[in-house]
Amino acid sequence: MIRAALLITVIVVGSFRSATSQAAEIKPIRVVTENGMTVLIVDQPSLPIVTVNVLMQAGAVYDSDAKAGLAYMVAGMLDEGTKTRSATEIAEQIEFIGGELSAQGGEDFTTATLRVLTKDRDLGFTLLADILMNPRFDAKEVARVRDELVGFLQGEKDEPGIVAGKAFNEIVFKGNPYHRPANGDEKTVTKLTRQELVEFHDKFYRPNRAIMAIVGDLRESEALDLVRKHFGKWAPKALLVPAFHAPEPLPKPTLKLIDKDLTQATIVLGHVGIDRRNPDFYAVAVMNYILGGGGFSSRLVNRIRDEQGLAYDVDSVFEASVMPGSFAVHLQTRNAAANQALAGVFQELKRIRSEPVSDQELTDAKAYLIGSFPLRLDTTAKLASLLNLVELHGLGLSYFDDYPKAIAAVTKADILRVAQKYLNPDLYALVVVAKLAEAKIDANVVSNAK
Amino acid sequence: MTAIQRILCRVSMASLLTLIPAGQQAMAGRLTVHEFILANGLKVLLVEEPKAPVITVQIWYKVGSRNEVMGRAGLSHMLEHMMFKGTPEYGKGAFSKIIEKNGGNDNAFTSQDYTAYFENLAADKLGLALEMEADRMKGLLLDEKEFKLEREVVKEERRLRVEDVPMAYLVEEMYAQAFMEHPYHWPIIGWFNDLNAMTREDLKAYYDKYYAPNNATLVIVGDIKPEIALPLIKKYFEGIPQGSPPPPPSIAELPQKGERRIVVKREAQLPFIYFGYKVPNFKSSDVHALAVLENILSTGKSARLYDALVYRKKLALQVGAGYNELAADPELFTFYATVRPGVKVTDVEKAVLAEIERLKKEPPTDRELQKAKNQVEARYLFEHDSVFRQAMLLGTAETTGAGWKYVADYVDKIRGVTKEDVHRVARQYLTEDSRTVGILVPLPAKPEGAHGAGGAR
Repeated sequence: MIRAALLITVIVVGSFRSATSQAAEIKPIRVVTENGMTVLIVDQPSLPIVTVNVLMQAGAVYDSDAKAGLAYMVAGMLDEGTKTRSATEIAEQIEFIGGELSAQGGEDFTTATLRVLTKDRDLGFTLLADILMNPRFDAKEVARVRDELVGFLQGEKDEPGIVAGKAFNEIVFKGNPYHRPANGDEKTVTKLTRQELVEFHDKFYRPNRAIMAIVGDLRESEALDLVRKHFGKWAPKALLVPAFHAPEPLPKPTLKLIDKDLTQATIVLGHVGIDRRNPDFYAVAVMNYILGGGGFSSRLVNRIRDEQGLAYDVDSVFEASVMPGSFAVHLQTRNAAANQALAGVFQELKRIRSEPVSDQELTDAKAYLIGSFPLRLDTTAKLASLLNLVELHGLGLSYFDDYPKAIAAVTKADILRVAQKYLNPDLYALVVVAKLAEAKIDANVVSNAK
Repeated sequence: MTAIQRILCRVSMASLLTLIPAGQQAMAGRLTVHEFILANGLKVLLVEEPKAPVITVQIWYKVGSRNEVMGRAGLSHMLEHMMFKGTPEYGKGAFSKIIEKNGGNDNAFTSQDYTAYFENLAADKLGLALEMEADRMKGLLLDEKEFKLEREVVKEERRLRVEDVPMAYLVEEMYAQAFMEHPYHWPIIGWFNDLNAMTREDLKAYYDKYYAPNNATLVIVGDIKPEIALPLIKKYFEGIPQGSPPPPPSIAELPQKGERRIVVKREAQLPFIYFGYKVPNFKSSDVHALAVLENILSTGKSARLYDALVYRKKLALQVGAGYNELAADPELFTFYATVRPGVKVTDVEKAVLAEIERLKKEPPTDRELQKAKNQVEARYLFEHDSVFRQAMLLGTAETTGAGWKYVADYVDKIRGVTKEDVHRVARQYLTEDSRTVGILVPLPAKPEGAHGAGGAR
């Protein structure tokens, strides 16, 4: 019998605060401070929290090969003691208020994040400024953190995805900083000295290399007051812009096999891709969504997972970074199925380069990318981190309006053109981490692709 | 979520955070839960959250590996996969395709106690998500060929998450020791043998038994008004007939009479220790004291475990504790540590136990207690930044039997915990005889080329 829904209870906990719907409107305020820091602010009063994301242009690209891991370790040392606070004091102060403060080194940049209740904003900013501006690099702490990093590097060898990814970057980015792992290797990290950390920090941790996004329950004027109060004395330094060799296409297909006692073959296949400022970015985004970036509907998922049951996860990714990053297909399959899965990947790479996608695929891909855009902005943390990337890549504050338009403008011809231009099933790096005696990777996979 | 949290999290989906209970907040914020029950027994929880023009739609079935029987471990999770393989109305793969072309993301996750499906999408697409979820509550194709293919996918998932991950392999063995009779004994993803033995008929019977409106909770959080959502919910779900009440799971467990200890030896880089104590769940009045205890030991770099093992004694790379209070049946209070190169795992174990003993000897300080409470309160608000997380908390609490009001009352209850409570629960529950210890002993890699026939395993 069908009856009307029975309303059992409506329980109200806490008090309503009149929050207007912020809907799709993302209108950041952008201010460059007197000492050169770019600040982006979005006032979102719906929850009494503040999220701050600082992008420091102090990433691993500034390391040398001999000092790989330096930038990463500097990031790791930020909260391990400042001129006025010990490592223990920093942890205790932020954690006593239930806040979160951390820093993480990456390739292009280091990210420091702060999350506190609005009532604790001043202490939050105090600690964030302190760790960015005044890290002490105490010798004892340096030694401890360095040993930890070496330990983590050792542990990473148990993760086939990381092992494969590192080997892949080493091949694809030969001669370019991206070929090094951001966290270095055991040899280089062991040799890093306190002095090197201090010098790196002095050179690269400067307000004119920082982008700060502040999102949450904080009015713009107050946010700016906090920035000036806590970061105002941070001295800028002339911008250092080292010249990098752009990564170059591989001269020939390159195969790297790594033997490990595993049940699955972990496969990474790809080559150099595009940078974020490339005007073809949007066409590439649509093309890659159809190929292998699109959740459960992509061609690669369809062929490798749904039709053949060969993998739990298969995807393709363009890392559009400051410099051209990688294009890579990732998958894991039981050792014995590695060649079969690879054959499917090559077929899909060739297909998307040789014939236009269908009207339906194009429509669906655009609908997904445009329709899901708000899901990428629906928390303070997601929005803050995207704001910083928009600024880093010079995409402009109208990005939130521009993105859907740029996706909508992509045509089938664009997709075919960018597939032919940015996918290369002839010149690629192929890394397989597997129990090789079972995987029996067909060396002809490489030559057959020609 | 760090790699280690991912490994330790007994929810079979990669991208979920570990569950952090949350609750009422007295500060300017808002949590209004509208609760409805349809005539067919479907419970609906709805929270209006207008900060972004999105919603999450989640349907939580009260079925997980806890409901399985010996010999069919992994059936709940296998069925989760088959829920994407078509209904009489929408064919294979149509579900995700339709959600994606409407700008949404969809997926599902299975735990010991529940199987949940979700769509995150623009608020004006609510009707679509409801229609699709209602459709697959009414019936599935469960095509034989698709089942056999998807079983291979699940086996790949097991290889990816367990077989080739030394720590996860140990976690699985530790649970199998800690629980002898109770279904928490076996892994959510199942064993290869059970997966191979599974039939289409098993799936069909399981679906018929558990996938009914009276065994589900629909949770919606986002930019949607109840007066708009409710008519849509009724439109799509009201016509689904109520099912028979599902049979109760077999949840007996022999009392543990002494410490249990297992060792896993396999190729790995670093030793790892993982151990757990039998503790009560949300049904006990001690639950909040245990949660505070977990925070004092484990939340952050200033917590006792990190401070002692990583910072001061330099014994571990990572260390922590976990308390799964929102489990349908009493579960474990666990501890884990990855051992620093060159350190003996026995020294790490001793150091973790020393921290536990310290809390059994004397209560925490006032400041530690206050810090733990502040952390819980702040985390409550941080969690509400995400509509998905909000819905997950409500869904978990509701589905495990705690009820969503458990979430709403949580912070108040935490505020009432005293130092003496923490001291008492440490002595009462963290006892040697209720402990199960798992240790990963790394073996060196075999020399290259030695993996041929006749090699290990």
